[in-house]
Amino acid sequence: MLAASVIVFREVLEAALIIGIVLAATQTVSGSRKMVAIGIVFGVLGAVLLALFADFLSSLLQGTGQDVFNAAAMILAVCMLAWHNIWMTKHGREMSDEMKGIGRSVSSGSKPLHVLGIVVAIAVLREGGECVLFLWGIASSGTTTFWDMAQGGVMGIGAGVALGATIYFGLLGIPMRHLFIITSWMITLLAAGMAAQAVIFLSAAGLIDIVDQPLWDSSAFLDEDSIAGRILHTLTGYSDRPNAVQLAVWIGTILLIALLTKWAKGGPTEIKAVQQVQ
Amino acid sequence: MLNRSILTTSLMGLLIAFCAPALADEKIALTLKDHVFIPDKIQAPAGTKIEITVKNMDSGADEFDSRDLKREKVIPGGKEGIVLVGPLQPGEYHFQGEYHAKTAQGVLVVK
Repeated sequence: MLAASVIVFREVLEAALIIGIVLAATQTVSGSRKMVAIGIVFGVLGAVLLALFADFLSSLLQGTGQDVFNAAAMILAVCMLAWHNIWMTKHGREMSDEMKGIGRSVSSGSKPLHVLGIVVAIAVLREGGECVLFLWGIASSGTTTFWDMAQGGVMGIGAGVALGATIYFGLLGIPMRHLFIITSWMITLLAAGMAAQAVIFLSAAGLIDIVDQPLWDSSAFLDEDSIAGRILHTLTGYSDRPNAVQLAVWIGTILLIALLTKWAKGGPTEIKAVQQVQ
Repeated sequence: MLNRSILTTSLMGLLIAFCAPALADEKIALTLKDHVFIPDKIQAPAGTKIEITVKNMDSGADEFDSRDLKREKVIPGGKEGIVLVGPLQPGEYHFQGEYHAKTAQGVLVVK
C-alpha cells in the first residue's frame, strides 16, 4: 500500500503543482475555478480512456503512438500557458477595472478560460493515465488486495493535493502587486520545462534526430527522480542530465514568451493598471 | 482563436507524425516475462540508432522506464512495444519495468 501511495504521489505531484499555480495565477479571473474543476474532470475521464486504449495507442504510428501523443500534449500545453501569460499581460487594465467594479466587466467569453481548462486537463490526463495503468497492473498481478491498493492510491492523491494546496496558499500569501509578476514567471518556467520535455518525446518518437549527450550530471546534487527533484523539475524544468537541445529549447521558450508578453504589453499604462490593483 | 490554434497544432502534429520515423541500424529483442527482463543485459555499438522491441509476455501492463536513456513507454500485457534510442556514447544504460521495479531490471551496454 505504501509503495502504491508513493508511486501515485510521484505521478500526481506534477499535475497538482500545475493546478496550484494556475489557480493562484488566475485568482482574479472570475470563472477560473470552475474551469479548472472542469479541466480536472475531463483529465480524469481522459486518463481512464487513455488507460483503456493504451493498447491501441501504443501500436499506432509504427510503435511510436505514445511518444507522439506525449509530445503533442506537451506542445499544446506550452502554447496554452504562453497564451495565458500573453492574454493576462495584455488585459491587465481590464482585469483590474473589473476587480474594482468599474468599467464594463470582462465578459467570460473573451477570457482564455478554456485555455486553463486545457492545460489542467492535459496535466491530469497524462499523470492520471500512468496511475490508472500502474494500479491496474498491480491489481491484475494479484499481489495486493483491491482495498490495499485503493488506500494507497487515495493516500497518494491526497498527498499530491496537499502539495498543490501548499503552493496555492503559499502564492496567495504574496502581496497582490507582486503576485502577477511572480505567477507569470512561474507559468513561463512551467512552459519552458514542458518544452524541454517535449524535445525528449519528439526524439523518442523518432521525429527529430538529436544526440543525447548530457551537458552536465547533477544527479549527485539533486536527483531528478527524487521527490524534491521532481518538484523542481515541474516548477522550473530542472533536469539532472540535460542535453544541448533541451537547454536551448528551455532558454528559447523563456525568451519567446518574454518577448511576446513584452509586445503584448504595449504602453506603460498596462503595467501601472495592474499595480493599481492595490 | 482557440479553435484555430487547436486545428493548427493538430494538423502540424499529424503532418509530422506521418513522416517516416528514424530508421534504426541496430535491432534488439527484449522479453519481459514473470516481471523479469530476458536477457537482462543487452549490447549495442556506440553511435548507432537502436530499436529495442520489448515483448511483454505477462498478463499485466508494465512500463519500460530508463532514466539513463530518457525513455518511458507503457507496454500492455501480451503486447510489444518499440523503444527508439541512440546514437549513444559508450557506457552502461540501466532500464527497468517500473511497475515491477524490484525484479524487472536490465542494462544496455554500449561499446
